[in-house]
Amino acid sequence: MEYTLQQIASQVRRDIVRMVTAAASGHPGGSMSATDVLTYLYFKEMNVTPETWTRNGEGIDQFFLSAGHISPVLYSVLARRGYFPVAELATFRRFGTRLQGHPSIEKGLPGVNQAAGSLGQGLSVAIGAALAKRLNGDPHTVYVLVGDGESEEGQIWEAAMAAAHNKVDNLIAMTDWNHQQIDGTTEDVAGLGDLRSKWEAFGWTVIDADGHDFTEIERGFAEAHKRMGLGKPVMILWHTEMGHGVDFMAGTCKWHGKNPSVEQCAEAMKQLEETMGDFAL
Amino acid sequence: MKEYIDTGKKDTRSGFGAGLAELGRSNPKVVALTADLKGSLKMDAFAAEHPDRFFEVGIAEANMVGMAAGLAIGGFIPFIGTFANFASARVMDQIRQSVCYSKTNVKIAASHAGITLGEDGATHQTLEDIGIMRMLPEMVVINPCDYNQTKAATLAAAEWNGPVYLRFGRPGVPNFTPADQPFEIGKAIKLNDGDDVTIIATGHLVWEAIQAARELETKGIDVDLIDIATIKPLDKEAVIASARKTGCVVVAEEHLIAGGLGEEIAGVLAQACPTRMRFVAIDDQFGQSGKPAELMAAYGLDAAHIVEAALSLLR
Repeated sequence: MEYTLQQIASQVRRDIVRMVTAAASGHPGGSMSATDVLTYLYFKEMNVTPETWTRNGEGIDQFFLSAGHISPVLYSVLARRGYFPVAELATFRRFGTRLQGHPSIEKGLPGVNQAAGSLGQGLSVAIGAALAKRLNGDPHTVYVLVGDGESEEGQIWEAAMAAAHNKVDNLIAMTDWNHQQIDGTTEDVAGLGDLRSKWEAFGWTVIDADGHDFTEIERGFAEAHKRMGLGKPVMILWHTEMGHGVDFMAGTCKWHGKNPSVEQCAEAMKQLEETMGDFAL
Repeated sequence: MKEYIDTGKKDTRSGFGAGLAELGRSNPKVVALTADLKGSLKMDAFAAEHPDRFFEVGIAEANMVGMAAGLAIGGFIPFIGTFANFASARVMDQIRQSVCYSKTNVKIAASHAGITLGEDGATHQTLEDIGIMRMLPEMVVINPCDYNQTKAATLAAAEWNGPVYLRFGRPGVPNFTPADQPFEIGKAIKLNDGDDVTIIATGHLVWEAIQAARELETKGIDVDLIDIATIKPLDKEAVIASARKTGCVVVAEEHLIAGGLGEEIAGVLAQACPTRMRFVAIDDQFGQSGKPAELMAAYGLDAAHIVEAALSLLR
């Protein structure tokens, strides 16, 4: 049966909340702000399937998650797309699991290219992977998602400069701009400021789009594709809301890295339609 | 004792540059990156011959490590080149997560290691990098002793599937190992057989250890002399066998005692055959500006200090 993007995203958000509740730990807030973008990316955008995926990315589009703490959304989207059994979501953060707290290649989870968790590193890795594609004559695209709070890391701006200098124009970088981080808003904590101006000043083409509206997400990627191969790296700033989809979790930093109680989880489930069948706990 | 002839002073970093140039011609998968130190790392030949496979990333070492990891995921064999301090302490977390934990095939070329960096002083004289790097799971740590061995180690690093930290230096030092030698990662190199005392050295201290062994020979002391070019994985069998034979071990290295080869060997011997030891290394302090030879003498990293350490074990 075919599911709409909205139906898939609703199930992914259910998965996220149920996974972190069951594990009694994890990062639901940023996972829920990135849900629609990652759902679109894996179900509509990227030229890769569970069958064609390889870690080296030869002949396929490649995605890197830099903000590794939003592993719940990555794991759910990968499982729902068929990279590994949906039932395995129940093992999130348990001893021996392939679904480590932060993504790891150590246990060979299909769909994961690189460890992430210590922040600021994934953009650099994606640039390297994009350069590898250029050297290999592979016309496919490399995608990477960084957090807005993560963009406080100096390495992000080292990478920003290097990508422009090396004219990495087969890369679509994306920021999940939900304006929240652990200690508060990105403005209160670090004065993150105007990301559009910052990326433009570093020599990037910048696209803004609503990261919770699939028409807007489609437009954002289409705009990005128009700018591939023009000698400049591309950044899509996805305007999102932390904890999106559950009213008491939305728009606050409180749910960055906190699991709901069993009662709160039940309340959240009332707000998120079960569409593809919950994994068993 | 076996004769070792200095064929002329050459810097080990030029051995790396020569190895990299050779790899550029023989292996199209080898790429190279530098953080504004192309000339210092002797990467000019590779860069000139393969401009498409050479990336200048600017003074941004953390990003360089990540880019190398991405290139490795895409099937390339990246060598990243910078000073040892910026190739280790500055980017330990990037190496830990993006390289070692992610098992990416990145080769870290760490030049100007140790006190022989000389005049630049302590900010650049890393004396901690062996310790930092050997703590990381998956990492191979190689510290060759002269130009020829550094070139051979560079070629071997490209063949090895996994992260490698290749440590070498700035000044010209005697070039005495064979040209075009095979280099086996993880294998100790026996330079002399003796029964009285074991001297184990790595990097620039190997030549000093040879001079020390010669002098000890004139006093009737036969040295079992080992060049440990691969610090990790350590050739434990060779170390244990020598310690069992002589019953006393000197370890010489251009590094702090903390985290160095001496501590590593002490850990091995403490479990296999507790052995009296002396460390010829720097004890818990920073370096300072000066000429390499002057600093080596001042910080006790020369043949005279190795002789003294050996004699103190035999008294």
